[in-house]
Amino acid sequence: MISFLLSRAVQAIATMLMVTLIAFVLFRYVGDPVNQMVGIETSLADRAKLREDLGLNDPMPVQYARFLVRAARFDFGTSYQQKESVAVLIGARLPATLELSLISVVFAIAAGVPLGVLAGLHPRSLAARAFMALSLLGVSLPTFLIGILLIFVFSVHLGWLPSFGRGQTVQIGGWSTGLLTASGWRSIILPAITLGLFQMTLIMRLVRAEIMEVLRTDYIKFARARGLPDRIVHFGHALRNTLIPVITVTGLQIGSIIAFSIITETVFQWPGMGLLFLQAVQNADVPVMAAYLMLIAALFVTINLAVDLLYMAVDPRIRIGRAAA
Amino acid sequence: MTSTISPARVLRRSVMLALVAQGAATAALAADFRFAFQGTLGALDPYTLNETFTLGMLGNVYEGLTRRDKDLEIIPGLATSWEQIDDLTWRFHLREGVTFANGNAFDADDVLFSADRVRADGSNLAARLPADAEFVKVDPYTVDVKLTTPNPILNYEWDTWYIMDKEWSEANDMVAPVSAKDTSPRPAAFTAMGTGAFTFESHEPGVKTVFVPNPGWWDTPEHNLDRVTYTTIAADGTRVAALLSGDVDLIDPVPVQDIPRIEQNADTDVLTGPELRVVYLGMNQMRAELATSDIKGRNPFQDPKVRKAMYQAIDIEAIKSRVMRGLSTPTALLIAQELFSQASDFQRWPYDPEAAKALLAEAGYPDGFSVTLDCPNDRYVNDEAICQAAVAMLAKVGVKVTLNAQTKSLWAAKILAAGGFDTDFYLLAWTPGSLDSWNVLVNLATCRDGTGKGGPFNVGGYCNPKVDDLAAQILGETDAARRDDLIAEAYRILHEDTAYLPLHQQNLVWGKRANVEIAQRADNQVLFYWARVN
Repeated sequence: MISFLLSRAVQAIATMLMVTLIAFVLFRYVGDPVNQMVGIETSLADRAKLREDLGLNDPMPVQYARFLVRAARFDFGTSYQQKESVAVLIGARLPATLELSLISVVFAIAAGVPLGVLAGLHPRSLAARAFMALSLLGVSLPTFLIGILLIFVFSVHLGWLPSFGRGQTVQIGGWSTGLLTASGWRSIILPAITLGLFQMTLIMRLVRAEIMEVLRTDYIKFARARGLPDRIVHFGHALRNTLIPVITVTGLQIGSIIAFSIITETVFQWPGMGLLFLQAVQNADVPVMAAYLMLIAALFVTINLAVDLLYMAVDPRIRIGRAAA
Repeated sequence: MTSTISPARVLRRSVMLALVAQGAATAALAADFRFAFQGTLGALDPYTLNETFTLGMLGNVYEGLTRRDKDLEIIPGLATSWEQIDDLTWRFHLREGVTFANGNAFDADDVLFSADRVRADGSNLAARLPADAEFVKVDPYTVDVKLTTPNPILNYEWDTWYIMDKEWSEANDMVAPVSAKDTSPRPAAFTAMGTGAFTFESHEPGVKTVFVPNPGWWDTPEHNLDRVTYTTIAADGTRVAALLSGDVDLIDPVPVQDIPRIEQNADTDVLTGPELRVVYLGMNQMRAELATSDIKGRNPFQDPKVRKAMYQAIDIEAIKSRVMRGLSTPTALLIAQELFSQASDFQRWPYDPEAAKALLAEAGYPDGFSVTLDCPNDRYVNDEAICQAAVAMLAKVGVKVTLNAQTKSLWAAKILAAGGFDTDFYLLAWTPGSLDSWNVLVNLATCRDGTGKGGPFNVGGYCNPKVDDLAAQILGETDAARRDDLIAEAYRILHEDTAYLPLHQQNLVWGKRANVEIAQRADNQVLFYWARVN
């Protein structure tokens, strides 16, 4: 176990170094940060001085080394645009993104698994076929379109839910949560559905396919032959065995939900990290971009590790197999 | 919309909500004003960023010695009157009985402090005052400004040079301006202390900012607001949806294709009027050979006939009706018509593709030539669409243009000084910060050398020593009528030379709820002290 974790740690560091290196090379092409930081009538001499002061004239390896040394101390610099320490900025926006991702994953699983089981158990029923047809919409419509559609239906026409923002939040220590207020819950519904719709249809179709396959296996036949009730057969045995691929897919999807909630956050003006990153790209705000990319790399590495550990917990064969090897 | 409240209050609220049937949208208080803009407000130091939106927002909290009224005329602000004692000395009489929001009295010491601070290292607004102007305190309510050369437009930009409280700044470590390169901003960088109609209640950059009225304001409020909430909504569709659903009361800007939708809705209206920004096309007249053209050995744009041909190939009325949906004002000058008294004397060269082809043939390009156009796609209203229209029109006279449309940070990095003015043909727009022609001439039309010394935004490198000469005379000419004549002469030279291809003044388009009244000024500053919610 220790050796497994150690080798994973080494892999993780190598991955993050690669990501930061590629990112730094790309940053030369994002545009001129100084132009975005000062008024248009600023003199050329002042702009040149600013470039010098920010260290933008140093050769790339020097800038990269400086960044790595600071990053090792968790000092990611100050945002060019917002004049706020990047660590503080990301820390302030992180709860919003994490809450949105969490709620959308919960929605995706809570809606996707039961619907998938239903469609798998009774594949020819009308309900199952209707859900499968609708799920095609969820997969084929782009996120921003779904988001705007939901806003226009539920916010502009029906007026039930707010069209943007997070509602009222409560500050608990360093974490600002929107889940303790009514307006917070009302604000999170539409973005969570928008973000989670694709995952929901994915999970639904996956569970359906897996259930249909599992129901044909021998051990299910034996279980039925023993006279076990349907409920135990379906949920006690069949569903548990479909969970491995679902966990894999959900695990990978969580990473991309968190990392790429940019579009949903833009449509709903959700004050999370994705929106921060998009603004940073538009304004060539290099410190924020660098820190964000490193964070996302770390996130994916951690999630993959968690998924692997979860495998070992769920499937005894893997645990025993490793121990034997 | 985001704000923070304590857990105890949440508990009480939850209990109440549990007892009450599920509520619909909260009813907005009549005097609550919610405003959404596509950009963000950063640090609150008034000297950090010389940018219209930031200065406009801060103009609700801070004030300058002068103000501008709804028609952009200069009116007294923190100075009640001023006169020129002689050619080199101005005397300002300060308003008595004014206090900052913390109760400190406003007097000449604050003016002197602000004058030093705005020219200090790190300030982006140093050009508001001449570098060598000396401010002298005559008495607590009179300040003299001693110049070294005459400056008839000394106070033209003073409506956005905000006066700060000396005592507050010294007590809060704000004596040095928050500069663009500040890597560890002081806590007070996100607070403000002004004499204006409102104060900041809270400010989360990029998320939400709340203003509340300043009870000690010296002027009589025209507004009836209790609270103003400003949020950033960058996505166009979401901003329009927020207005239509009643989540906000005013939005800026409105994409032109959503205007009919907002007008058809009974609860919302569109407010539109000309903006001071002039959009134009520029041509590189400095290079011996255009980098992106098939013509080698000479630069077509150095021939005035070619430039005039390009001008006459563009059908500006078609651009106005098709691309801008009627929301633009074609112009022959590089400055808004509202800002120059003799603007109506200037007419555009007529749209005439046949004449354009003839001119090109005369100049030695009977088959036209090719060139690349550098255009932003998210900086000005319909910028990319304007460029695409121009490309099509120029193709009809034989000039084959390749369009290079990019996001503004990349476009700016290429064509401006930082990129070495690397462009043959470009779209740009200009608003003179001083609302005066000298700014336009000096920035856009005076000769520059390869390093950018000279006209810093003269990207194409147009050079005519007569224009430089006139600009120098205009700077020091104190007689207003004679000054306008000199300006007209300079513009006439630019027109005859076809130095640029001016296109139009774009329009401001704001969307508002039907029960909101607000004054829309051509410089796009959103000033809440003129807003009423009925």
